[in-house]
Amino acid sequence: MRIGVVTFPGSLDDGDARRAVRLAGAEPVRLWHADADLHGVDAVVLPGGFSYGDYLRCGAIARFAPVMTEVVAAARRGVPVLGICNGFQVLCESHLLPGALVRNEAQRFVCTDQRLVVENADTAWTSALTAGSEITVPLKNGEGGFVADTETLDRLEGEGRVVFRYAGPNPNGSLRAIAGITDERGNVVGLMPHPEHAVEEGFGPTTDGLALFASVLTAGLAAVGA
Amino acid sequence: MSTPTPAGLDTVARAAATPEREQPWADLGLKADEYARIREILGRRPTGAELAMYSVMWSEHCSYKSSKVHLKVFGDHLTDAMKTSLMVGIGENAGVVDIGHDWAVTFKVESHNHPSFIEPYQGAATGVGGIIRDIMAMGARPIAVMDSLRFGAIDHPDTARVVPGVVSGVGGYGNCIGLPNIGGEVVFDPSYQGNPLVNALCVGAMKHADVHLANARGVGNLVVLFGARTGGDGIGGVSVLASETFEDSGPSKRPAVQVGDPFQEKVLIECCLDLFSADLVEGIQDLGGAGLSCATSELASAGDGGMLVHLDRVPLRDPSLSPEEILMSESQERMMAVVTPANIDAFLAVTARWDVEAAVLGEVTDGDHLVVQWHGETVVDVPPRTVAHDGPVYERPYARPASQDALQADVPTAERLARPGTDEELRALLLRMVASPNLCSRAWVTDQYDRYVLGGTALATPDDAGVVRVDEETGLGVALSLDGNGRYARLDPRTGAQLALAEAYRNVSAAGAKPLAVTDCLNFGSPEDPGVMWQFAEAVRGLAVGCEALGVPVTGGNVSLYNQTGDQGLDSAVLPTPVIGVLGVLDDVRRRTPSGWKVAGQNLYLLGTTREEFGGSEWAWAEHGHLGGMPPAVDFAAEALLGDVLVQCSRDGLVDAAHDLSDGGLAQALVESVLRYGVGARVWLDELLERDGIDAFTALFAESAARAVVAVPREEEVRFTDMCTARGLPHLRIGVSDAEPGVEPVLDVQGHFAVPVADLRAAHSSTLPRHFG
Amino acid sequence: MGRVVIDVMPKPEILDPQGKAVVGALPRLGFDAFTGVRQGKRFELEVPGEVTPEVLAQARAAAETLLSNPVIEDVVSVRDAAAGEVASA
Repeated sequence: MRIGVVTFPGSLDDGDARRAVRLAGAEPVRLWHADADLHGVDAVVLPGGFSYGDYLRCGAIARFAPVMTEVVAAARRGVPVLGICNGFQVLCESHLLPGALVRNEAQRFVCTDQRLVVENADTAWTSALTAGSEITVPLKNGEGGFVADTETLDRLEGEGRVVFRYAGPNPNGSLRAIAGITDERGNVVGLMPHPEHAVEEGFGPTTDGLALFASVLTAGLAAVGA
Repeated sequence: MSTPTPAGLDTVARAAATPEREQPWADLGLKADEYARIREILGRRPTGAELAMYSVMWSEHCSYKSSKVHLKVFGDHLTDAMKTSLMVGIGENAGVVDIGHDWAVTFKVESHNHPSFIEPYQGAATGVGGIIRDIMAMGARPIAVMDSLRFGAIDHPDTARVVPGVVSGVGGYGNCIGLPNIGGEVVFDPSYQGNPLVNALCVGAMKHADVHLANARGVGNLVVLFGARTGGDGIGGVSVLASETFEDSGPSKRPAVQVGDPFQEKVLIECCLDLFSADLVEGIQDLGGAGLSCATSELASAGDGGMLVHLDRVPLRDPSLSPEEILMSESQERMMAVVTPANIDAFLAVTARWDVEAAVLGEVTDGDHLVVQWHGETVVDVPPRTVAHDGPVYERPYARPASQDALQADVPTAERLARPGTDEELRALLLRMVASPNLCSRAWVTDQYDRYVLGGTALATPDDAGVVRVDEETGLGVALSLDGNGRYARLDPRTGAQLALAEAYRNVSAAGAKPLAVTDCLNFGSPEDPGVMWQFAEAVRGLAVGCEALGVPVTGGNVSLYNQTGDQGLDSAVLPTPVIGVLGVLDDVRRRTPSGWKVAGQNLYLLGTTREEFGGSEWAWAEHGHLGGMPPAVDFAAEALLGDVLVQCSRDGLVDAAHDLSDGGLAQALVESVLRYGVGARVWLDELLERDGIDAFTALFAESAARAVVAVPREEEVRFTDMCTARGLPHLRIGVSDAEPGVEPVLDVQGHFAVPVADLRAAHSSTLPRHFG
Repeated sequence: MGRVVIDVMPKPEILDPQGKAVVGALPRLGFDAFTGVRQGKRFELEVPGEVTPEVLAQARAAAETLLSNPVIEDVVSVRDAAAGEVASA
């Protein structure tokens, strides 16, 4: 299975995402922001970082990168897409996922080992996890507060589209402690915490993050076959 | 200064024709004899542009004119054995060390002190950006940063301004550029009020063949400026850094503060790495302090010919800049490369791919002068070495201050400073100490830094050293620690510098890495004060001797002088603060040793000997506001032995945790080790008290050097003690790690007191949030 | 040379942590007249010639597509800088 990892100018965790893909047993493929071509990959990861400096709004400029036109089209076809941190912000700006990410309530960047409750283990990226279980992966962001209007929040909750929720004290002021969400079909997932930093013994707090990349190995092939 | 209009342009021809024209050399920070020397070198008066170049390059900051005569001592103490792993030594942008398997690393620490006081966020951010470009200029990929920060009193109103700004500046730049911040220091002391110290370190890695040097060789090769556009940033910034009076920001009304753009620098890093891997660069130099003045003169003087630069080809952000200002601008995120004509198209294709602006400014010539032209008129025509390297050298007077004897005689004895008399007082003291400004948790700071990016971080703060992987295949990696103690150095600069070196060496060893090389950032007051100059001379000598004793060479660093406000002698200067970075190597970073124990039932051993050493201690300062006596004694043989044993223990898997003892002594080390993973400990002191002839207070709070606490798995105990015995390392079992399911973990100092780990954590972690929100 | 000025503000119902921080700091400095602060963004778009209605229309489109995120922000004003403080909501 081939999983594309997009590099925007200012992407930082693209190398880590490729490593996670490799350790999960798939082949990582580099995708370039200016290249309107997904090179036939079976799934796509939008990695963390500060695309284009995040100067306008996080993810706002990346959304208009040529590669994103293809990513959006692929996502609508059911190709699994995972947005991590800045990638989550790009997915929201692209309207593949509802809501937006705003500056942390404490006004400070936060880097911490974050406990998460798995709320939905039926998405393309979480099928190897167990609903109700806890995982711990790094969280690192300055603008990670998830916001949406009440109606949207209620719909997300009602449709089981909250994928991860922060356990313990809310680290960034996200509404309803939402850490990650999915689209209606469950192929697009965005989350602020960084599973790709928890895939290798000795580096990162756990290896809990590997399960997300392992999940897509089965889900991804199913989607492509569909 | 002249204007860019041709009519007012101060050309070389005009300078030759108008020898008597008055020039603002004094406003630019030059002395009369220095100005005279420039005229002598050129055989005429300098043009305005030349004057700008010389003044900025001959400033203290760029020329090391006060420190040079003392820094030579490092060379005197550099043995052949120390050179074996040194690929590039002092003098280049950063030193390069061979770590084996065809890999090399380059690392360096640099100060950005005064700018961080003026504008804490941008000052600290551009400090980080500057040191990263130094590392890139060696051909390396930057892989981690660290920062050593010193601020005024924690409760001073201005500290509340400086700390959040500096911390978010370090984080804002480092996080956005994607380099893990793996450690450093945060220290509070009133001497740094108005003169905070912001020392940033960067480490980079490369294959041996990729080492690049800053030189302009090959006649006809092109000189290319690439990266950000040039604006008015920091014009006079170097003057501010170097000028004698802090308020005197030089002749320019341009902003003295540079503004950083980490996104631009991130793109520049990737662009440079692509250029290096395609072998498109002959020589490379970063633009930092003194901007184009520095880059052109250093590249040219290290080359084999001259250089011609068309200054009007510099892409400008502010078109009103004059040639002098362009030469002095400290706009960030710029690099200069020397490229063969055959490679220039490929070079420009790479920069275009990354949307990095590039301009061919000129070429390497067969002359021996650096010539700078402005719209065809020559405004600079100088021998580049005279600008870059032949600056003035001062033999400033230095003398041991008369007050030093009284300071050292003021020993913090039991009679002089009250000590805890009961176990209850000892317990209360422990809780106060772990909450004190210099011993409390740094999480409020370090949680604002990304320590995970790049995926190679094996250890980071609060562990003793930061450890990052260099080679993913083998696990080869490096450990780094950055340490200093201004109070020790105030009491005795020579010992203080050596203690900083010893602590960094010990920290790296405790992480399991073999120490290889040293970088230093020497922060002192005004060199015009003979007492300060004595502190500097003593510290440098102490450091050089210590490096020789431990067999680790200094590969580069930085001197920062004039860290003082006012001229009331030593009392208006910062504490003399040599900050020492030690780099070590691990064959496989997965074998690194963390600073805390994770499981119960491991035996805790204290390595080394404890003496009644409280001079300059955290206890004397935090509890009594006292600074006097002599700092702890340094014994390099003991440090080397301890380090060796710690590294061997890591290699052979004999210890699961190791924590060095330094500020706050054994008590602080035990608390930090317990808090690391929340696993408690039972500790007994009786044997230690008897063996070392000390009381419980001394055992817990004395700051004797060459000590560490280790956690030994039971199955390794015999091998461990046999090795310590065979090597002659004092070792004593002082406790056991302790945790029971369902029982609150406790730090129990048996026969004296016990404290629940939760109480320790509450005391340890609340101080910085209380002050800074 | 003309200039279009665009103001973007966080939607009233969206948490504005920056504004919240500022409103908290004001009374500490003795500025006690204010009960709320919201922090927004101002963009200045330069055009080579005059600011025509077409230019303004394009600026409004840019404001709504790129310069703001309708989930969290409102474009509260797009105007010709030379035309003074005439807000067009």
